[in-house]
Amino acid sequence: MSTTPTDVIDHLAGIRPGSSLDRLRDQRPQARENAQKSYLALFEPEVPGTVTALERYALATFVAGLHRQPHVGDFYAASLQTLGHPRLSEIIDAEIARGAVEGPYGRYPEGPHSVEDKDGPVYRVSADNRESLGARLSAGLEHAHLLVFHPRDANPAALQALLDAGWSTTDIVTLSQLVAFLSFQIRVVAGLRALAGASAVESTDTEYTQIFTGVLASGAV
Amino acid sequence: MTETTLSHPDNREPVAFTQDELGWLPWLEPFPADQLTERHWAGLVDASRAKSPYFLLLARDPDVLQARTKTDKDIFYNTRDGLPRAERELAATATSRSNGCIFCASVHSRFATQYSKRGADIQRLLDEGVEADIDPRWNAIVEASVALTDTPIAFGERQIGALRNAGLDDGEIIDVINGAAFFNWANRLMLSLGEPTPPAAKQ
Repeated sequence: MSTTPTDVIDHLAGIRPGSSLDRLRDQRPQARENAQKSYLALFEPEVPGTVTALERYALATFVAGLHRQPHVGDFYAASLQTLGHPRLSEIIDAEIARGAVEGPYGRYPEGPHSVEDKDGPVYRVSADNRESLGARLSAGLEHAHLLVFHPRDANPAALQALLDAGWSTTDIVTLSQLVAFLSFQIRVVAGLRALAGASAVESTDTEYTQIFTGVLASGAV
Repeated sequence: MTETTLSHPDNREPVAFTQDELGWLPWLEPFPADQLTERHWAGLVDASRAKSPYFLLLARDPDVLQARTKTDKDIFYNTRDGLPRAERELAATATSRSNGCIFCASVHSRFATQYSKRGADIQRLLDEGVEADIDPRWNAIVEASVALTDTPIAFGERQIGALRNAGLDDGEIIDVINGAAFFNWANRLMLSLGEPTPPAAKQ
């Protein structure tokens, strides 16, 4: 896709070429390059397999929405919308609202850490939307919610539910990587944005502060 | 082949965080080792990983696995500058402790101890949890990792201020962010695709 940013994390974090954060990110060049390659492998795969682009973007929009990171959410929602299913975007938004809780929660194997068990909901797609989404995508969203908020509650039954809904073993690996990768990408973006914000207040790097303030003023962040 | 989950009724899953060397059993069939193609070997990055059921399972999507592994290596092993190895492993351990990944915490607490020689402090983090009071610098790294692990993300000016007060510069803070963020990737795979097994000697 010609619209794909050269570096999605920089794009979402509002990092401009030549800024101090740009230079600092360059100290981990392999990490930077391969975070981008991970994004491409998941969203523009050379060997697409049997997980569709629609499923990938619907899941990403849902995961970003659950993290309440609007910049990331809007980015994936825009791709979902271009795939031509306006109703689907509305359904995903409604399911984000239904599924929004706070994590991590869940249970430990019975033992010394059981006192730290923290209850939380097991999310299920609403009955009406389950029909519109179909069994396969509904099961995908339910699994994504488990991975986002309470991965320590995962068990073989959760994977069996995916197999029963039509996800193959290989599809489940892709789905798991997609949700897990986004959990990483969204945190890097949020962390870098926070650091950029803190730098603007405290940094003596006036050149960078001016660039960052300019970015804020232009609305490009 | 009918695709079903794998079960391990005889496994006695470890119930406590530990620095011991644990094993791991998959809940889904790994990619068959005798059918690996060039693309799969590239995905595994290190040929020795073909012996690991975890990496063979992830090799079902080799391109993602390859990029994931190279991201991991640069974040944790590229120590020409930035945060010392021990403290990157501390961020990984705190994240795994917060998410509840007993397997990941075992591996990375062991590394944190190896590089810091502070096994007792690391053990307190495992036993008492992320609230354990260690020292201002480690507390700041643990708190930042935990705040990044929360959903919604709670990391912000407070954590950055604490890291700076503890002497970390922005490059080192990025290492904390990368380390904690990466373990939010790794924990979710380890926790959801299989289960840990007890240390070999105790099996």
